[in-house]
Amino acid sequence: MGFFQFTEEQEMLRKAVREFVEAEIAPHAAEWDEKHYCPVELFPKMGEMGITGIFVPEEYGGAGLGHVERAICLEEISRYSAGLGIALMTHHLGIAPILYFGTDEQKQKYLPDLAAGKKICGLSVTEPGGGSDFMGLKATGEFKDGQWVINGRKCFITNASVADVDIWAVVTGQDEKGRALMTVFIIDKDTPGHAPGREENKIGLNGSSTGDVICNDVVLGEEAVLGEVNKGAKIALSAIQEIGRAGMAAISVGILRGCLEEGVKFSNERILYGKPLNRLQAIQFIIAENRVAYEAAKLLTYHAASLKDAGKPCANEFSMAKLFATEAAIEAAKKTIDLMGGYGCINEYPVGRFLRDAIATIPAGGTSHIQKIIIAGNAIRGN
Amino acid sequence: MSLNITVCIKPVPDPDYYDKITIDPVKKTITRAGIPTIINPVDKNAVEAALQVKEKLGGKVVVITMAPPNAEENLRELLAMGADEAVLLTDRAFAGADTLATSYALAAGLKKSGPFDLVFTGTESADGATSQVPAQLAEWLDIPHLWNVQEFEVEDHTLKAKMSMENGYINYLVQMPALLAVKRSINKPRYTTVMGVMKAKKKPLTVLTAADLDVEPERLGLQGSPTKAGDIFTPSLARKGQQLTGETEEIVEQLIQVLRGAGLNLESLNVNEAGRE
Ligand SMILES: Cc1cc2nc3c(=O)[nH]c(=O)nc-3n(C[C@H](O)[C@H](O)[C@H](O)COP(=O)(O)OP(=O)(O)OC[C@H]3O[C@@H](n4cnc5c(N)ncnc54)[C@H](O)[C@@H]3O)c2cc1C
Ligand SMILES: Cc1cc2nc3c(=O)[nH]c(=O)nc-3n(C[C@H](O)[C@H](O)[C@H](O)COP(=O)(O)OP(=O)(O)OC[C@H]3O[C@@H](n4cnc5c(N)ncnc54)[C@H](O)[C@@H]3O)c2cc1C
Repeated sequence: MGFFQFTEEQEMLRKAVREFVEAEIAPHAAEWDEKHYCPVELFPKMGEMGITGIFVPEEYGGAGLGHVERAICLEEISRYSAGLGIALMTHHLGIAPILYFGTDEQKQKYLPDLAAGKKICGLSVTEPGGGSDFMGLKATGEFKDGQWVINGRKCFITNASVADVDIWAVVTGQDEKGRALMTVFIIDKDTPGHAPGREENKIGLNGSSTGDVICNDVVLGEEAVLGEVNKGAKIALSAIQEIGRAGMAAISVGILRGCLEEGVKFSNERILYGKPLNRLQAIQFIIAENRVAYEAAKLLTYHAASLKDAGKPCANEFSMAKLFATEAAIEAAKKTIDLMGGYGCINEYPVGRFLRDAIATIPAGGTSHIQKIIIAGNAIRGN
Repeated sequence: MSLNITVCIKPVPDPDYYDKITIDPVKKTITRAGIPTIINPVDKNAVEAALQVKEKLGGKVVVITMAPPNAEENLRELLAMGADEAVLLTDRAFAGADTLATSYALAAGLKKSGPFDLVFTGTESADGATSQVPAQLAEWLDIPHLWNVQEFEVEDHTLKAKMSMENGYINYLVQMPALLAVKRSINKPRYTTVMGVMKAKKKPLTVLTAADLDVEPERLGLQGSPTKAGDIFTPSLARKGQQLTGETEEIVEQLIQVLRGAGLNLESLNVNEAGRE
């Protein structure tokens, strides 16, 4: 395993994205959080920048880059707004199954508008019956008279109320052992019977919309099937593993950098005992711990992304990156609040939001417990 | 119509590192080693102006700078922003140039890098800030120039340009080729896109040394610079300080006395108990 290094282009890309983020996102992040507003108007702008379609090939209107570049975009955006970060990351999460499993017709139909940010994508897997129990999904797809009829309720779905294209995983049969067989469908938002349900009031990541999506006798043609009938579990899982967890890890790397930078800034400016706060060793320890956490999370995340770009197995690596980065972000935000004393509790500073955002990253893409089960399972099997 | 447009850009020290810049007490020059550079901010407006002309009328945008070798990075950034070609004039012989020697070398570089219908510069650099380079460069090239340009339009090899003055503006008609030094408010430079970054690596970036240019060596760099810095120093910014001691209430009392003593009319500030939140 070689050490991960950014190329010159990747460094330039980071700089370009950072300039965009500092002008278009940073000044509004606190307001989006406060108003629980997902800034959909930024999607076309992110489209022009090449961010919404970063790993979509140029022939479908994307930037034609990879998952390292995607992580750079998510880190830069989430440095200021992890809320917009998860809205974007979920957009990619919906795009990926179309790109990797769709027919050429499906790609032609959906990818150009999604890559351009003219349309927003979502992925609906989790149900009230338990997100961790992936094989226990209840939503169904029935094939009747040459058409599919979809019924079910999904919950905790990012972009629920803003997505134009919704990717659904439903049960369409059983194997000989009685286990659910799944199929994945592409559903346009205006399809009769398909609608967003209740909107959740979350602890954090409030620059994104999260809520229920309901399918009530939604009738779809066969062209809406993504990949093969009854082989959808792999499609949904690979998206969650290699795009969803990857995204949550990169978002958390952004939060970690936010904690580090805000802590350094505050401790330079805050004068205590007549000296900058960072002359205190206890404060330096927090800064050192945040620095190392950021670096470690970054290495895990970008390394896993580079494996994905190289076409190598990366699901376990993304689980590790996701577990470490999300938990580290919570720790770092809490410590940065401690570092700031009373100011840490004042919402004029962003670190309180960082903590709330970091907490909300844990379930998204699968909880820490689930990551540990995956990682341990791999380790026990010798991976 | 297809125009050849050249934009002069200068890398300047990143303001985030201003406190790390030192002055060489012997050579009277600014020590910039290890200080990252950014593109002189208004030069990005100049590039934006050039790109807009190209988008409207067609043509090619070349960016040029006389600077140390690491300016390649700044030029790549502008290629990513949309410029088509970049030229870097770099040579030890250019070092220590004043505005005359700078504009002389730049003029030679411009002539070498191909024909031009329009030359853009910024109004001034963020470091030297003499504003002399645009006019001098135009003189070397023997073309008309305008400084502090707020608006312009290209019409058939004539420029209609609006030049800002202290108390208004003057509209000019200028025959091309011409040089325009544009001001910050002329436009908002576009964001560099991800696609731009990827295209940049395939665009030509030419490095030219003094030997590649049609120049008289004695007119370059320090040797060719009639401006000699008499002295250059860091002014002492230390202020006379006075420490007030005691309990907070006492310090406040003393402070009020000091301010009154200095002639400040505190009553006029209208600060009273009721007014405090
Ligand atoms: C901000 C946010 C955005 C989200 N976006 C999406 C989205 O876009 N699309 C989507 O489909 N879903 C989305 N989700 C849902 C997310 O995937 C689920 O919340 C997650 O999978 C957990 O499912 P659950 O909430 O039902 O918890 P449960 O599965 O009910 O888990 C409850 C607890 O039990 C633990 N647990 C469960 N199983 C095990 C086990 N086998 N061993 C040990 N412990 C276990 C869990 O770790 C947790 O602590 C989002 C969630 C959040 C918070
Ligand atoms: C603090 C300081 C003080 C100085 N004072 C003097 C002085 O009094 N007299 C003097 O002769 N020199 C002076 N110099 C040197 C002067 O900065 C250089 O000659 C410099 O290369 C050009 O001048 P400028 O930075 O003032 O540019 P300006 O004339 O202010 O720049 C205007 C525009 O010209 C273009 N341009 C300028 N330099 C370049 C370049 N190297 N390559 C491409 N385009 C360029 C850019 O478009 C820029 O926006 C000083 C330098 C410093 C750092």
